[in-house]
Amino acid sequence: MVPLSHYLILSALLFTIGMFGALTRRNAIGVLMALELMFNAINVSFVAFSRYLPQQMLQGQIFAIFIITVAAAEAAVGLAIVLGLYRNFKTINVDEINLMKW
Amino acid sequence: MKLVALVPLLPLIGFLINGLFGAWIKDRAHLVAIPAAGLSCLVAFVVFFQAVGGATLDWDVYSWLTVGNLKVPIGILVDPLSTVMMLVVTFVGLLIHIYSIGYMHGDRSFARFFTYLNLFMFSMLVLVLANNYLLMFLGWEGVGLCSYLLIGFWYEKKSAADAGKKAFVVNRIGDAGFMLGLFFIWSTFGSLKYTEVFAAVDPALGAGIYTTITLLLFVGAMGKSAQLPLYVWLPDAMEGPTPVSALIHAATMVTAGVYMVARSNPLFNLAPFSLEVVAWVGALTAVFAATIALVQNDIKKVVAYSTISQLGYMFIGAGAGAYASAVFHLATHAFFKALLFLGAGSVIHSLHGEQDIRKMGGLWKAMPITAWTFLLASLANGGIFPLAGFWSKDEILFNAFERGLTIPWLLGLVGAFLTAFYMFRLFFQVFTGQFRGDAHTAHHLHESPPNMAYPLLVLGALSVVAGVLLGFPPDHGLYHRFVAPIFEAAHESEGAAIHAAASSEIVMAALSLSVALLGIGLAYLFYVKRPELASRLADKMQGVYRLLLNKYWVDELYQAIFIDFGKRFCRFLWGFDARVVDGAVNGSGWLTMRLSVMSAWNDLKIVDGLVNAIADLIQGGSVTLRRLQTGAIQNYILAMALGILGMVVFYLFV
Amino acid sequence: MTVTQAVFYLMATFTVGASLLVVLARNIVHCAIALVFAFFGVAALFILLDAEFLAATQVLLYVGGITILLLFAIMLTSRISARGGKIMNEQVGISAVVALALFGLMVYANLKGFPALVPPMLAASDNTASLGRLLLTTYVLPFEVVSLLLLAAMVGAIVLARREQGKD
Repeated sequence: MVPLSHYLILSALLFTIGMFGALTRRNAIGVLMALELMFNAINVSFVAFSRYLPQQMLQGQIFAIFIITVAAAEAAVGLAIVLGLYRNFKTINVDEINLMKW
Repeated sequence: MKLVALVPLLPLIGFLINGLFGAWIKDRAHLVAIPAAGLSCLVAFVVFFQAVGGATLDWDVYSWLTVGNLKVPIGILVDPLSTVMMLVVTFVGLLIHIYSIGYMHGDRSFARFFTYLNLFMFSMLVLVLANNYLLMFLGWEGVGLCSYLLIGFWYEKKSAADAGKKAFVVNRIGDAGFMLGLFFIWSTFGSLKYTEVFAAVDPALGAGIYTTITLLLFVGAMGKSAQLPLYVWLPDAMEGPTPVSALIHAATMVTAGVYMVARSNPLFNLAPFSLEVVAWVGALTAVFAATIALVQNDIKKVVAYSTISQLGYMFIGAGAGAYASAVFHLATHAFFKALLFLGAGSVIHSLHGEQDIRKMGGLWKAMPITAWTFLLASLANGGIFPLAGFWSKDEILFNAFERGLTIPWLLGLVGAFLTAFYMFRLFFQVFTGQFRGDAHTAHHLHESPPNMAYPLLVLGALSVVAGVLLGFPPDHGLYHRFVAPIFEAAHESEGAAIHAAASSEIVMAALSLSVALLGIGLAYLFYVKRPELASRLADKMQGVYRLLLNKYWVDELYQAIFIDFGKRFCRFLWGFDARVVDGAVNGSGWLTMRLSVMSAWNDLKIVDGLVNAIADLIQGGSVTLRRLQTGAIQNYILAMALGILGMVVFYLFV
Repeated sequence: MTVTQAVFYLMATFTVGASLLVVLARNIVHCAIALVFAFFGVAALFILLDAEFLAATQVLLYVGGITILLLFAIMLTSRISARGGKIMNEQVGISAVVALALFGLMVYANLKGFPALVPPMLAASDNTASLGRLLLTTYVLPFEVVSLLLLAAMVGAIVLARREQGKD
């Protein structure tokens, strides 16, 4: 029997790794990948909760489905933006794109 | 008796007419002035005869000042003393008015002259007829004003204008004392009317207050009657026309001081110290002025110093308590001194303005009337028996001696010698010997016209007979009996002395007569027989000669002490005002400016600084806070992460 | 240790390792591949949690969709990023700290809140059918909205990625 906390800790770990990547990776696509990682972590957490709560409520899974869907849509749009960035700045290193600097 | 109001009123009307309409009247001004003076004289005689009959009058014509307790009326007092003065003033005044017609003939300010003469008559009559001290003071000031106007009559001449100023200023000093005396009289007796004051005179008040009052009044007399040390204006006053010198500075104005002392005799009798002061001042002045007259070369100056000297005699008499004698000498002196001045004027007129006796001489032949009358006047002045001056002067000296004022008596005697000497020096220099002027003037020597000659004759006659008629026997003649009631108090104390010494009086008389004759003889020696003696003596006693010639340098002394010092003091005060007062004002202005600069600095630096500091703070803050906007997305994400972290911490632990 | 536990730990390790590789790999393509492995790991965890449909959906969408998308993007933009240079920006330190702090806090919250919950016994049911029923009854609105969202996203992505036609 795997206790719920294990799943949650796993989810937390995945989330923090994903957050670290999102904060530090120079490549924009790398940031997006880290973002997907975060989403997955959250999904795990949701599904774990839905399974482990006294009456199995599928709301968690429903939510996870929607998260996946939205993540997909968001990835598409994000990558389109990255392409646009690449076209304008000839680079996708996010720390080089700082036109909004003061 | 109330006609007496016309006596001062008529000259006043003459003054007003001539004054207002002088521009149209011009050369006919005498036609207004002479009748005014003449009628006034006539009425004065009428009043005199009434007064001889015993009538007196104390008439408050009009209520002048009523202020609190002070009630001063415009009032007339007719009693023997004021009657005598009134007669002298109007009669001699009339004669001089007549004389002036000839003397001032052709002068371009003919009308102005008579205007001032009438004004003077008015003022003098107010002075002698007043029944209270304040009105007398009004007249006193009035004659001072007229003196100024008439001395500086030819005002285009600087020396004349200066002399007028000097007279007025020196008089003013005396007047200050007089006014203080008036204040004391009022505060002590509560009134200024003669009758009320003299009735309230009470020995119990103590000699101190009487001495104060009388000394202050005497200061006024010193100024007006040209005694030491306030005599300096009178010689300078000779700048005025000769009739002015005759009227004002011989016969009338200068005698106002004597009149005032005589009028105030009840006060003086209770202040024996003041009487001594008066006698001493008079005696010293008499000798002092006589010494200066010895060596003067201006004919008018000699007569002027003679006047000062004779006034001194009058004060010796007053100081000796012999007020009647003093006033008697006043009257006789008016006659012969006016005559001397008019005679001098006659000479000057003939010589077309020459006044230096060194350029005269031998005028006897050309101007017999002038010469004879001048001789008579000189004899009278010298106190030769039986002319007028002898009786009055003799009385004075006798009374002085009898009263124990020995030194003043002695000085008076010396003065008599000097008087005779210088008068005859003058006479001999002017009328005898050879004419020492230039040939042109010698040609034009002539006697004066009738309107100048007649007054000379009248005065000459008076100089001869007035003394005998009025003053014999001494102290008991017609005159003395007439004025006796005024001087009762004085008489009471001297009565014993008089009766006891009839014989000593004759001795006195003989003594003073012989002294005078000695003086005449010496003058004859020096100036007729052996003329060179005079200049040899002058050379041998150069120091003394120069001292006398320069009038003891008194004028220079006054100039240095008062005038120059006064000017320096004024300059100092001006400097004080300019530096200290203005400095203070400027300083306050400067201070205000500095304060405003400081306030501006404060506003600029501090207030603006505060505002600017806030702006700088905001700007600095913005510069710092701006750095948050790096433009790098991951920084923003990091910030979000930090925020989330904070929230979690908060949620978990708080 | 039961089979479930062992499998769990195995899958967990695998997933974590893959995700670490995603974050730390130098070559971006290696990251993408690692991401695929991570997705597979998560799908396995879903199966462990009796969410079969979700696992399938995960694989289909994520691996089949998003990964391809990422790879496409990488190919289109790889020329520059293939070169050397840093892979981490300068806020590595702080990020590590923050991440670790957050992890610590979450672990702490976990241990405090959910000590040891045991999964309840499940009645045999068809996961897919239940989800489908739910989606079309209770959650039909989000279902429709999401489809709209997908449409919008699609349009948006096309618009954003379109080459400029010269009349822009």
